[in-house]
Amino acid sequence: MIFKNHILRANEFIAERPKLQYYLPQALTLFFIVFVIGYFSFNAGVNMEDQGMETGFSFLGGEAQFDIQFHLIDYHGGMTYGRAYLVGLLNTILVAVLGIFFATILGVTIGIARLSTNFLVSRIAEWYVEMFRNIPLLLQLFFWYFAALRALPPPKESYIFFDFAILNIKGLYIPEFVWTNFNAFFYSILVSIVIVVLFIIWAKKIQERTGKQYRKFAISSGIIIIIPFLSIIIGGVGLEFIHPELKQISETIFNYEGGSKAIPELLALVVALAMYTSTFIAECVRAGIEGITKGQKEAAASIGLTPGQILRLVIIPQALRIIIPPTTNQYLNLTKNSSLAAAIAYPDIVLVFAGTALMQTGRAIEIISITMLSYLTLSITISILMNWYNKKMAIKEK
Amino acid sequence: MKKTLKHLFSLFAVFALVFAIGTEAMAAKAGKTLKNTKKKGFVKCGVSQGVPGFSNADASGNWTGIDVDVCRAVAAAVLGDAGKVKFTPLSAKERFTALKSKEIDVLSRNTTWTLSRDGGIGLTFNGVNFYDGQGFMVTKASGITSVNGLNGVSACVNIGTTTELNMRDFFNSKGFKYEPVVFEQADEVVAAYDSGRCDTYTTDKSGLAAQRTKLSDPTAHVVLPETISKEPLGPVTREGDENWSDIVRWSLNVMIEAEELGITSSNADAMKTSENPAIKRLVGAEGETGAALALDQEWSLRIIKQVGNYGESYERNVGPDTPVGLSRGPNAQWINGGILYANPTR
Repeated sequence: MIFKNHILRANEFIAERPKLQYYLPQALTLFFIVFVIGYFSFNAGVNMEDQGMETGFSFLGGEAQFDIQFHLIDYHGGMTYGRAYLVGLLNTILVAVLGIFFATILGVTIGIARLSTNFLVSRIAEWYVEMFRNIPLLLQLFFWYFAALRALPPPKESYIFFDFAILNIKGLYIPEFVWTNFNAFFYSILVSIVIVVLFIIWAKKIQERTGKQYRKFAISSGIIIIIPFLSIIIGGVGLEFIHPELKQISETIFNYEGGSKAIPELLALVVALAMYTSTFIAECVRAGIEGITKGQKEAAASIGLTPGQILRLVIIPQALRIIIPPTTNQYLNLTKNSSLAAAIAYPDIVLVFAGTALMQTGRAIEIISITMLSYLTLSITISILMNWYNKKMAIKEK
Repeated sequence: MKKTLKHLFSLFAVFALVFAIGTEAMAAKAGKTLKNTKKKGFVKCGVSQGVPGFSNADASGNWTGIDVDVCRAVAAAVLGDAGKVKFTPLSAKERFTALKSKEIDVLSRNTTWTLSRDGGIGLTFNGVNFYDGQGFMVTKASGITSVNGLNGVSACVNIGTTTELNMRDFFNSKGFKYEPVVFEQADEVVAAYDSGRCDTYTTDKSGLAAQRTKLSDPTAHVVLPETISKEPLGPVTREGDENWSDIVRWSLNVMIEAEELGITSSNADAMKTSENPAIKRLVGAEGETGAALALDQEWSLRIIKQVGNYGESYERNVGPDTPVGLSRGPNAQWINGGILYANPTR
């Protein structure tokens, strides 16, 4: 009874204070969240100490002692776990960037092909989309890695393209590029880009003032080609190829050495991710273009724009507003799906860090946290970039 | 608003209750594993996902292998029945986490005893049930006859094993170039090697012998003669329950000592009348060996009768008459020129 009175009094007390009414639930929620997180951390700490497990992040400075097949930065087993983490992270980023690049090109092409008035082209595009988006990605990955790439010949009978690229079961090899006076070439490209940007700004101002139009595309491409070309002639820029060489290891084993190499695991992963994701992007693109009403096109035609201008100035800017947000999702999916790499021995962050490094150190909590944070950071970076682009494309009311 | 607050209070109370109970249940102390095992009625044993001869399930789900026999021995000692074991197949990557999270109580999965595992990550190793070493397999057609011919090869390997580290030590010490291709599943390693993605497949020699049976043409491959590492494999337990670790250690020890003393599953009962006190102790006819482990007097007798001695287990699972076909080599008794040496059970 007394207890009930207390509660009634407390209720009155709260009812008289609107500010308290507003903040108290929030404070309690906050307290609750902190309590839950604190409880789990404390519990994990106690249990780990019970089991004699060490904690902390100092292991990142320890010697990794294992090698990694494919690394973008200099790496060998004598370096630290931190370095191995970086190698894995960069490999993940490489797959994500390549995957997004090819998925976008493929997706846009297929999406437009589906809208083609050519019956055969639109049907093929439709079949492509229906087939590749309805088979689980892991199966596609196994198909490309264990079935398709397995049909490639051993190094001795490699396919050689244009005396330049070499393809066999151990990977895709291209020559190493050796530049002389690379700086002159690099700066000439930089200078030509600056000139093009300045030219476009200037041309826009002229157009706004006088209505006079320049052939911006033709002139810009001219600048980008001519200036570096001049630098090659005047600056003595040269490019030489060092071709990979076939070395005999034993009676039947041959391997290529030197040059730059893309391992078959990377090829399979990029192909599978790009094809799978491109089907979703194709649908986004189709939705975007079909979402523009016919009236827009007719109105643009009535004020005398050419079909090219209609597409470039009316349809695409509006379609992009519909396309970008769902495509952002697809980019994020692709990045996260790249973690399937571990299944086919591509040394991404999951295989190298959450795999080998975790096994060797036993630091499950630390390593999984770092890996999760890495994916979170990658995803948020992509989101921020795409949101920025989306905002740029959004309707700007004047 | 008042209602919301009330709800929040009650929700809070419920959670507090649930978690308070949770804390108590999670604070297991030494000796508890034995009690829990007796209460549950089965031994929770972690094994491989299928290494013929070591731990492998047949079509009807019966597990056999020398690693499996260690768990059966523990079950015979603790529960009186070698059949009361629940096997959990684990990948190399999962095994230690499964043990530490109490999903299993004994890890008997061709696991190498190393300093960093014993000291650093909260594990206890309880003896050695197979002395192994890392080797390389290549195709016969390659013409490679020694590890000195491996400069520049690509090597298929399983993730998260000492193999990955030994491989680097080996190639570095020779100054050889190599390309490590690291897979998560043993079957994928075999598939990749079989298709020609790698020139060599490296793991423990016993593993090579076992996995070779899975290749499309096993006779087209050879295991190179050199052994590049020491791999003492044995059963593992969690740190923090000495009683349980002792039970596992001495169960294995009993199997090894029984072979040395000539006690087999068929003559164990008859040995009770032996003149030799060491034999009498092992079959429970003398001394009080069980008390030290909080077990009854017949624990060791049951192991020998139900599982057999180490030699019987070896011949049954990995010996020359099995598909794995491994000779005893270093795994022979010390009196026969091997390095298998049981501590005295007394």
